Amino acid sequence: MNEPTSTVSMTVNGASVQREIATRLSLVDFLRETLRLTGTHVGCEHGICGACSVLLDGDPVRACLMFAVQADGHAITTVEGLAAPDGTMSVLQDSFCETHGLQCGYCTPGMLIAAHALLEQNARPSTGQIRDAISGNLCRCTGYQQIVDAIQLAAQRRGDAVSLAAQRGGDAVSIAAQRAGDATR
Amino acid sequence: MAEKTSPYGFRYIGAKRRTKEDPRFVTGRGRFAADVQLPGMLHVAIVASPYPSARVKAFDTTAALALPGVRYVLTGAELCAAIDPMYVGVDAPKVKRYPLADGLVRYAGEWVAAVVAETRAIAEDAVELIEVDFEPQPHVVDPEVAVRADSVKVHPEHGSNVLFHRKFVWGDVDGAFARADHRLAFRARWGRSATVPIETFVAVAQWDAGNEILDIWASIQMPKYPDQVARALRLPGNAVRVHFDVDVGGSYGVKRGIKHTLLVAYLARKLGAPVRFLEDRLENMRGGDMHGPDRIFDMQVAFDQDGTIRAWKIKALDDVGAYAGRSPLQLGKPVSAICGPYRIPAVEYEPTSVMTHKTPQEAVRGFGQAPTNFAMECTIDRVARHLRMDRLVLRRKNLIRKDEFPYRIPSGTTYDSGDYHAVLDKALAAANYDELLHRRDEARRAGRLAGIGVSTCLEPSGGNSSFEPLFNPKNETTTWMDSCLVRVDLTGAITGVFGTSSAGQGHQTLVATVLGEVFERDPAGIRVIHADSLNALPSNSPVGSRMAIMLGGAAAGAARQIKETLIAIGAHNLGVGVDGVTYRDGDVFATIHPEKRLTWDQLVEIAHRKYHRMPPGVEPGLQAKFVWEVPTGGTMPTEDGQVQMYPCYSFESHVVYVEIDPDTGKPVLQRYVVGHDCGVMINPDIVHGMTYGGVAHGIGAALYEKFAFSDDGQLLSGTFMDYLIPSALEVPEIRIVDHCTPSPLTTFGQKGSGEAGYLGGPAAIACAINDALDPLGTEIAETPMSHLALWTLIRDARVKPQLKDAA
Amino acid sequence: MRANEHLRLTYFPLHPMKSATFQYAKADSIPHACALLCEYGVDAKLLAGGQSLVPMMAMRLARPAWLINVNEIDELKTSARRSGADGEVWVTGAGVRQIDLERDEAVAAAVPLLRQGLSWVGHVQTKNRGTVGGSLVHADPSAELPLVAHTLGARCVLRRADVERSVEANAFFIAPMITATEPDECLTEVHWPIWRRERVGSAFDEVSIRHGDFAIVAACAQVELDHAGRCVRAALGIGGAASTPVALDAIARSLHGTALDPTTVDAALRSIGDHLDPASDVHATAEYRIHLARVLAARVIRQARADALSPPHRGPQ
Repeated sequence: MNEPTSTVSMTVNGASVQREIATRLSLVDFLRETLRLTGTHVGCEHGICGACSVLLDGDPVRACLMFAVQADGHAITTVEGLAAPDGTMSVLQDSFCETHGLQCGYCTPGMLIAAHALLEQNARPSTGQIRDAISGNLCRCTGYQQIVDAIQLAAQRRGDAVSLAAQRGGDAVSIAAQRAGDATR
Repeated sequence: MAEKTSPYGFRYIGAKRRTKEDPRFVTGRGRFAADVQLPGMLHVAIVASPYPSARVKAFDTTAALALPGVRYVLTGAELCAAIDPMYVGVDAPKVKRYPLADGLVRYAGEWVAAVVAETRAIAEDAVELIEVDFEPQPHVVDPEVAVRADSVKVHPEHGSNVLFHRKFVWGDVDGAFARADHRLAFRARWGRSATVPIETFVAVAQWDAGNEILDIWASIQMPKYPDQVARALRLPGNAVRVHFDVDVGGSYGVKRGIKHTLLVAYLARKLGAPVRFLEDRLENMRGGDMHGPDRIFDMQVAFDQDGTIRAWKIKALDDVGAYAGRSPLQLGKPVSAICGPYRIPAVEYEPTSVMTHKTPQEAVRGFGQAPTNFAMECTIDRVARHLRMDRLVLRRKNLIRKDEFPYRIPSGTTYDSGDYHAVLDKALAAANYDELLHRRDEARRAGRLAGIGVSTCLEPSGGNSSFEPLFNPKNETTTWMDSCLVRVDLTGAITGVFGTSSAGQGHQTLVATVLGEVFERDPAGIRVIHADSLNALPSNSPVGSRMAIMLGGAAAGAARQIKETLIAIGAHNLGVGVDGVTYRDGDVFATIHPEKRLTWDQLVEIAHRKYHRMPPGVEPGLQAKFVWEVPTGGTMPTEDGQVQMYPCYSFESHVVYVEIDPDTGKPVLQRYVVGHDCGVMINPDIVHGMTYGGVAHGIGAALYEKFAFSDDGQLLSGTFMDYLIPSALEVPEIRIVDHCTPSPLTTFGQKGSGEAGYLGGPAAIACAINDALDPLGTEIAETPMSHLALWTLIRDARVKPQLKDAA
Repeated sequence: MRANEHLRLTYFPLHPMKSATFQYAKADSIPHACALLCEYGVDAKLLAGGQSLVPMMAMRLARPAWLINVNEIDELKTSARRSGADGEVWVTGAGVRQIDLERDEAVAAAVPLLRQGLSWVGHVQTKNRGTVGGSLVHADPSAELPLVAHTLGARCVLRRADVERSVEANAFFIAPMITATEPDECLTEVHWPIWRRERVGSAFDEVSIRHGDFAIVAACAQVELDHAGRCVRAALGIGGAASTPVALDAIARSLHGTALDPTTVDAALRSIGDHLDPASDVHATAEYRIHLARVLAARVIRQARADALSPPHRGPQ
């Protein structure tokens, strides 16, 4: 049984990557083992726990339910890509620290991806919408309470940043909105 | 959210502070065992038995070994000859356990061989090519059958399936039963579930041949891990270096992969290459040996018409699966709180640990206390229903009063402190109990099934492992210390060092906060590191809700030694006695002349460089270690099994409102409040987080999670599609109300809290469901209380309307 | 206890989580996909959203020699109203993502059961990948989209090379993971009937243990009422209670001319078990499933009726 291989090209956290890989390699194994982006975690490999969530062209998906070859030509964002290029945490990441929205940190990258996608879609989610958005991400430490608190806090702070910037004028709006926007670029 | 300043009058302890750990995790910079990548690392996949009981006759590995990329196939015969059996927690030396079956398979999923290959995928390809000749043998999966003398034996050499059995009688139990107005008996069942962390077990080993040291990176949370690994591998302890700086992706008790570790360690040494075993989820559920207690309780209680509980008898049969390990000891911890938070003067306890052909049991959050609390609280509610007495009145009548502490219970343990009535009242107030009663009654009038559950439960904490000598007279364990090393370097920076891994409990934050408190220095600048096992002081790891007490106490002890040195240096250089100086914010000054002062930097400089300015006889350099023994520890059990088992007793009271759809059996938790007293909280966000998580875990155990087995010994819920961990939509908004009764035994008044939420949750949910079912005249005392189980009860009750009238 | 000689080894005797090897091709058009299918036939699987196929491959329960990725075919992602011989239908390409279908207001207005059903499907991450066609071809008997398709009598358009045929849902679903699709055929479109009347209402309900899990039992109904509130047309379907979703056409027809009052509905549903053939598993017995089917069927009929009567009318335009 010889190992079929394929060449994939994609954008990962803003950088172009091209690799020759085993065709059967899952996207999450490609990110973790080939690219050494170990922030994305593996929890069940059958699509239930959400620990492997990444953004595919901006939408959250389970990286264990895709082969890496399927991401060819697409853009992937992992937890490593949520902070600003200088390492400054996004408002969402900072809010998780503020409410202690994590313990062991294993589900956290997937939670952040799910929450980030929610806030991009819905700037002021209700707690019900927050719980729905993270319901595909299992956490065993937190009972979800401080995660919901973190996402609510982030939504509020992102909203405050935008409105504060709006008062200050045009340029500030884009800077603040960018900072608040958990730059995924 | 926690208060910005300490509610206890401390400087840092109890105040709202961000943790030291969170930033690395939210930026994807945690370093878990699976993130360890070593050059030339090889990967393992497992060949597992499909049979619950079988003799392994032969292997054909030819095709597997011929596959390109495959390096080795290890079978049980080779491994079992090369290493010693794994540790057994009770006196059962013939219950031998190895990482790969020793010729006899004892549960479906047990490992029989391991393939090593260049990638995990290739290793899995090879597993498919291995042919194993199994000869199926008779099996037993029912613990009540297994316990009989004529049963099929899981370990024939042991002569029985019973690992431990003893009847403890504390106080005049028979007299109390004879004299009481009423007696009740019933059976409660705790289903097999576990903590099931999102990270599976991972172990990486590398043999450093030049130094003859085995390096291990593993997702581990267990006491004596390096020692057990060394012993089984026939190595001296100083040849095993466990890297405790690996982040562990959740544990709550179960991350004890000794067998995983021995496997990769043996292979790494044999093959001269680093070897990783990253358990996949199917392996984890079936052969990861991490299932939790699986218990049948036969409860009897004697009580008077006025609600006074005089005695109870608890018979517990625990199905530990195919091997022993520490699992039988999970029947031991409940001895430490065998009467719960109640004034019950006489108790009989008869635990039996039995083996069956099932996946072995491992330590699960609370170490057997959650099932016991569940059975006790079901008992209390049954007494209330029997007497038609308000459950709160009954509890208040029997709860130990705050003026009765320290309170000695019949099994020999003294509870340190508490105010159970106050915590219960706070929880009820926060839940708006009167309004809940109204809501429940309205719902009932509208034809819905609605119920309120209240539990009042203890969390024994600060574990000292006294159940080891209690359950095994040959084991004279009376210390369960923990320790901390503290350094102040020449730059004045403070570093705390401890020797165990963390799985989300925030130990770095704990140590930094305590050091900051003692030194009066900002914890933000204090670094805390996990030493490896060759650099570390002794630790018994974060089990038994002990680190706030034990690691916190050790850190404070070490810091105080250094602080004394600083004070001595200050006094010496200021020319006054140590009684004449004051230490504040790291500076030392003459108390009556505050301008005569040495700053922190000056004191540190003297200690590190200026020996001529050191007080005579004081060691230069600022480094201190402190090894702390568990408060109240150090004694062996008495003949009749009385022992002081845990020093501190946290307390929790849950109030839950549930509605059950009578047509589908679906329960929905609509309100959830926890009143909690764990003494002084060092970091409230961390304590609250663990409590929320414990509640969610308890919801899972109560309603959703079960490792179900078929009669033919097969695990039926081995995936996350069938083993149902609650999501954010099953766990409701949870409210915690704090209360603080400081422990008189600990450094700052803290108690343990790592098992909070889980210890009272399933009990409260069961009470709520039984309250909801009460109008139907039916009840449940079995977890999980699944949709199917509830619907079945409701249906059966509806076809027996006479019961409804009787109720 | 004696060893069970008939031990079933179906519970993952191996524990693989990495797929077996396969050859891979990315199709860039429907004809390309069809050509690849003709070439590799029974050895090939089309990979759409992959939310069921990929984990099955990881567990090695599926091991196609060839995997043909159809995710990049734009023609499979169309979604539009169309009038045809069958009347008005909403046509979705097989490659339309479930999340896009759920969020499409025009779809929600035309075929409201789609959004109602999709609200129960998985989670946002799986709906971002999962496709309409993938769900239908996977044919899980408890899945929501197959149930809606079966209940409404959707038509599935299948293409083999240049030949196209269309199969009605009641002939499409044969068993779990088995449909009328031949190994060399590609599902290209699904035609969802639009009930273009004023007083039309629909409802979807299910019991799953956790939200987002596959249903233990699911039910959906769509009804049309006349001005007197009498039912003139009804569709009712049950998922999770047989090896395929079941359209209860006879029961639905028996409701015509009634006011859908509880007594009538209960009477009509009394024999629901005759139409179902549920299995027992660790979460539910067959008896429980039949009971749930009856309960949920009554609920969705009641809710569909209320929906049809509710002003302002939000049914299909």
